[in-house]
Amino acid sequence: MQRIRKLNEDSVFDIFNFIFMCFIILVTLYPFYYVIISSFNEPLDLLNGPVYLWPRKFSLSNYAYVLQDEKILKAAFITVSRTIIGSVSAVLFTAAFAYGISKQRLLGRRFFIGMALVTMYFSGGLIPTYILIAHGLRLQGNFLVFIIPNLFNAFNAFIMLSFFRGISPEIEESARIDGANDIIIFVKLIIPISMPILATIALFNGVFHWNSWFDALLYGGRKLETLQQYLVKSIQSANVNAKAASFVSTLSVSSTSVRLTTMVITAFPIVVAYPFLQRYFVKGIMIGSLKG
Amino acid sequence: MVIKGKKGMTLREKFWDQRYLMILVLPVVLWMIIFNYIPMLGLIISFKEYDPYLGPLEGFIKSRWVGFENFVEAFTDKYFISSLWNTIYYSILNLVVGFPIPIIFAILLNELTNIMFKKFVQTVSYLPHFISWVFVVGFIYVLLAVDNGLLNGLLLKFNLTEDAIPFLATEKYIPPIVVIFNVWKSFGWNSIIYIAAITNIDPTMYEAATVDGAKRFAKIRYITLPSIKPTIVIMLIFSIGSMISPNFGLFEQMYLLSNSMIQDITEIVDTYTYKMGIVLSRYSYATAVGLFRSVVAVILLTGANFTSRKLTGESLF
Repeated sequence: MQRIRKLNEDSVFDIFNFIFMCFIILVTLYPFYYVIISSFNEPLDLLNGPVYLWPRKFSLSNYAYVLQDEKILKAAFITVSRTIIGSVSAVLFTAAFAYGISKQRLLGRRFFIGMALVTMYFSGGLIPTYILIAHGLRLQGNFLVFIIPNLFNAFNAFIMLSFFRGISPEIEESARIDGANDIIIFVKLIIPISMPILATIALFNGVFHWNSWFDALLYGGRKLETLQQYLVKSIQSANVNAKAASFVSTLSVSSTSVRLTTMVITAFPIVVAYPFLQRYFVKGIMIGSLKG
Repeated sequence: MVIKGKKGMTLREKFWDQRYLMILVLPVVLWMIIFNYIPMLGLIISFKEYDPYLGPLEGFIKSRWVGFENFVEAFTDKYFISSLWNTIYYSILNLVVGFPIPIIFAILLNELTNIMFKKFVQTVSYLPHFISWVFVVGFIYVLLAVDNGLLNGLLLKFNLTEDAIPFLATEKYIPPIVVIFNVWKSFGWNSIIYIAAITNIDPTMYEAATVDGAKRFAKIRYITLPSIKPTIVIMLIFSIGSMISPNFGLFEQMYLLSNSMIQDITEIVDTYTYKMGIVLSRYSYATAVGLFRSVVAVILLTGANFTSRKLTGESLF
C-alpha cells in the first residue's frame, strides 16, 4: 500500500509534467506552423475561415505573387548584405579593441575600459543619436547607416576580453621573437584561435541585423527597405485596409495571404538555421551570464 | 628577449613601441566618442530650444537656452503623463507575470527524466527569442483578426461567441495580449540562467533525499528552490531596477499594434518620444522626455544595485 502510494504521487507528477511540456511545445511551435500552412493555402479559400491543421486547398500562388514583387527581392538583398557585412565587420572591429585592452602594457588601458563600461549603462537616447546620424553624419539613405553605427558593442567586447585573457602568452611570445607585430599576431594567431567565441558573437550580431527594422524606418527611406521593414509595411497596410477587405478580396490574392507569406519568408532563414546553430547561441548566453 | 628593456622609456617611446596595438584600439575609441559620447553631450539640447535649421553643430551651440521649460511642458501634457503611467503599468504586468514563469519552467524542465525530450523542449523554448517582434506582431494580427482570425474562427466554430470579437480594437484586451506574447517570446531564453543554476546543484543532495523517502515536491521545495534562491533574488532585483529602462521590444509591439481605437493604451514613453522627436521634429522636447526617463532609470538601477550588494553581496557595478 505504502509503495503504491509513493509510486503514484511521483508518476502522476511525471504525467502532468509531460503533458505540460507538450503543451509548451505546442504553444511555441504552433504559431510558426499556422503561418506556414496558411501561406500555402489558396488565398481566396482562406477567406472562408482559418485553416487549423493542414491547407484546405494547397496552392503556391501566394509565393508566386509575393516573389514577383521586385521590392521584396531588393529588400531581401539588403537584409542579407547587412547581415553578412554587418556581423563580420562588427566582430572584427570589436575583437580588435578587446584584444588591445587584454594587454596590460597598453597605455590608457583602464581609461579605455572605463569608456566602454560607461556605454553599457548610459546613452544619449533616440533623438541625439538620430540628429547625429541623420543630420550630423548625413548617413540617411546610405547603406553604411546599417553597418557603422552597429560596429561596436561593449558587452560583446567584454565577453571577448575574458576569452583573450585565457590565451596562453607563450603562443604570442614565439611569434613576437620571429618579428611579428601586434596586428599580425592579432590577425594570424588570435583570430584563428578565437574562432568559437567570434563565431558565436557573429551569430548574435547576425540575428540582430536580420531582425532589426527600426533603423531602416529612421534612416533607410524607400531606397533601403529591409525585409523586416517590408513586413512592417505589409502589416500596417493590412491594418489600415481592414475596412477595405471586401475590395481586396476581389483580387486574386488577399492582403492577409500576402502578409502570411511575407512572414514565412522573413522568418525562414532563422527558423531553418536555428536547430543547427542553437548550441552556439546557448553557449553565448552562458558566457554572457557568467560575466554579468 | 625582445621584450626586455621597456622600463625607463619616455611616454612617447612607449607609445611608439605599442603603435600597432594602438592601431587596433584607437578606431574603437574614436567610434565610441562619435556614437556614444557625442549623443550623450547632445542631451544638453533638452535645456535648449534646438533649431534644426541651423544644422547640428551650429544648432547645438547657438540655440537658445530655455532651462527646464521642456520638462515643465512634458509634465503638463496629459498625453505624456498617460504614456508614463502606461509604461509603468506594462512594466509591472510584465514583471509580475513574466518573472515567475521562467523559474517554474526551469524547475519543471529539470524534473524531466528523458534527456532527449528535455533537450528538445529546451531547444524549442528558446526559438521565439530569435524571431523578430515584427513577425510576432504579424502573428498577433492573423491570430486575433476579426475577419478569419484564428481565435475568432475557433470561438465561432464552437459557438463561444455570437459575433467575432474585435480584440485589437478594444482597449481592455491589449494589456493581456502584450503580456502573453512577451512571455511567449522570452520565457525560454530567460529560463537559461535558472537552468544553469539548477545544473550546479550537487546531485548527492537529491540522492540523499531519495534515500530518506522525499517525493518530487519535497525535493523541489527543500533542495531546488533554496539552491537557486540567490539567482532568483538577483534577477528580481535587476528586473525591478531595469523596469523603466528603454524597452525596445515593448516599443515595437506598441508601435505595430497601435491604431486609432486603442491609442490611449498603446502610448508608452518610447512611442511618445518617437512621435514628438522623429515625426513632429520637436527635438529638444523629445530629448528632454528621453533624458527624464533615463535619469529615473539610472536611479532605479543604482538603487537595485545597492540593494543587491547589501542583501546578497552581488552587484552589477
